Amino acid sequence: MSDLALPSALAGAAREGDRIGRGEAIAAWLLTAPAIIAFVLMLLVPTLAVVAIAFTDYELGARSLSFIGLANFAELLEDRGFVTSFRNTAFFVAVTTPASVIGGLALALAIEGGQRGRTFFRAVFFLPVVSLMVAMATAFQYMFHPTIGPVNALLRSFGLAGPNWLGSSDSVMWTLSIIGVWEQIGFNMVLFLAGLTAIPRDLYAAAEVDGVRSSWSRFWTVTWPLLGPTTLFVLTITMIRSLRVFDIVATLTQGGPNKASEVLLYTMYTEGFTFFRMGYSAAITVVFLAVVVVLMLLQTRLIDRRVHYG
Amino acid sequence: MIPGSNDRSLFADLPRLAILSLLGLLFLMPYIWMVSVSLKPLDEVWRASMSLIPETFAIDKNYGRVFREVPIGRYLLNGAIVCAGILVFQLAFALPAGYALAKLNFRGRETLFAFVMLGLLIPAHVPAIPLYIAFAQTGILNTYAALIAPSTISVFAIFMFRQFFRAMPDELIQAARMDGLGEWSIVWRIVVPNAWPAATAFAIFSVVAHWNDLFWPLIAVSGKGELATPALGVIYFRTEEAGDDFGALMAAATLTTIPLVAAFLLAQRRFIEGITMTGLKG
Repeated sequence: MSDLALPSALAGAAREGDRIGRGEAIAAWLLTAPAIIAFVLMLLVPTLAVVAIAFTDYELGARSLSFIGLANFAELLEDRGFVTSFRNTAFFVAVTTPASVIGGLALALAIEGGQRGRTFFRAVFFLPVVSLMVAMATAFQYMFHPTIGPVNALLRSFGLAGPNWLGSSDSVMWTLSIIGVWEQIGFNMVLFLAGLTAIPRDLYAAAEVDGVRSSWSRFWTVTWPLLGPTTLFVLTITMIRSLRVFDIVATLTQGGPNKASEVLLYTMYTEGFTFFRMGYSAAITVVFLAVVVVLMLLQTRLIDRRVHYG
Repeated sequence: MIPGSNDRSLFADLPRLAILSLLGLLFLMPYIWMVSVSLKPLDEVWRASMSLIPETFAIDKNYGRVFREVPIGRYLLNGAIVCAGILVFQLAFALPAGYALAKLNFRGRETLFAFVMLGLLIPAHVPAIPLYIAFAQTGILNTYAALIAPSTISVFAIFMFRQFFRAMPDELIQAARMDGLGEWSIVWRIVVPNAWPAATAFAIFSVVAHWNDLFWPLIAVSGKGELATPALGVIYFRTEEAGDDFGALMAAATLTTIPLVAAFLLAQRRFIEGITMTGLKG
């Protein structure tokens, strides 16, 4: 082979590499194209549109619409219905989140704490996650029925007068929260189970050598610190899941009695799809989205902190 | 209370088992009462008898009423069609995209991935209004397409498959390229067959979410549509037919709860593994 052959071979290889590079890029775009199209049509454009609609007075069926700036958001602040709705949602999140996170952790620890019955108990507490919530809500309606429901019957047998669980404005959000905890606790339990299995066993052995004997101190010295990231993650997604409460309200109370159980998504649904006030409903959606995004960013920030300085 | 301390005697383990059993029973109460009431005649339900076993069984009356008045088979079939439709599209869109984002070098990859992360921030309820308006204008409300289309794209699936494929050895793909396979055949003959664990996990997550979804079907299907999914079916029956007939209502609730719960009990281990795997970032 002559001296000249080498550079030309190299050039050929480079051209070859270039060709592969371009081929790879074309293939990549072809492979992602269906996803990109669906993403743009079903998610990106509608999300941008909902933000735009929030600044208009659009009503379904109306011939025209005009931009009204922040008027919808101003109206939200004035609207007692929306303010109640926002407060109820916050209440639901504030009650169900700690209860189902701590409950989920406690269940996971109790189930992992021994060899017996693991699969069985996992299944029992996980069952609500796979159950049709609309149907289960119907079962809860019976459970909490003021006169024929077993809950009040039980209270009566102790000589107590139970409340009208779903029928009174004082108790309705508490009752919905109980159902919310029932629905979410199993999911959190499974996430904690995953977190627990990721903790290396020898850390417990090491702690034991260092004189950590009781299960209580073992929990605080080993389990809890190592579960930190899992807990933060579970906390955030539980808040977001709670924020999305809709099915049980739509099935059981329709926001009643007297708006006492209006929640964000239900108000958004009735304004938009019963009264067809799309602009106003879109403004509620934007508030909902903003809360979700803030929660997610908060979680990412906190996790970053932990990774860097923790 | 700590994993690892497993080899306790049954006696030492009893308090733990007792507490778990008690809580478990409390948890199962709605199911127990749902089935119990679905077997009772109306007068017994209203007499508020606290016995779980009915004095007289009214199975044929309650379940009969549901089968007579509600096309329950149709609803279950609709649920199956919608879930299957959604899943097929989600996999067909997300598998190749996940592979490309994980294994191929191209300009714009980082931008695309940034959009995936952005998409993870948006709950499915957010695009509902514009999609409803668009579907109303194109006249596809009250069709299977309207029920399926908004969920065809799952950024979560793309994210999950990308993570999964990144862990896949490059040699596998290099070897296939050496053998002269094009990218398209690499995806369908090498990549997808290797993605079953991730795909199964995602499928579980997707089916649970869409079988139980009420929000979008309530919007996309109106009237006493033939297209009602199980969740919608229960709502229709409640508001229009059953009223206070708790027996029939519970029969309907039992029938629509059974399919997924039965599937879960059969494939339990895999189910929980699936949720653990995909739940992280749900």
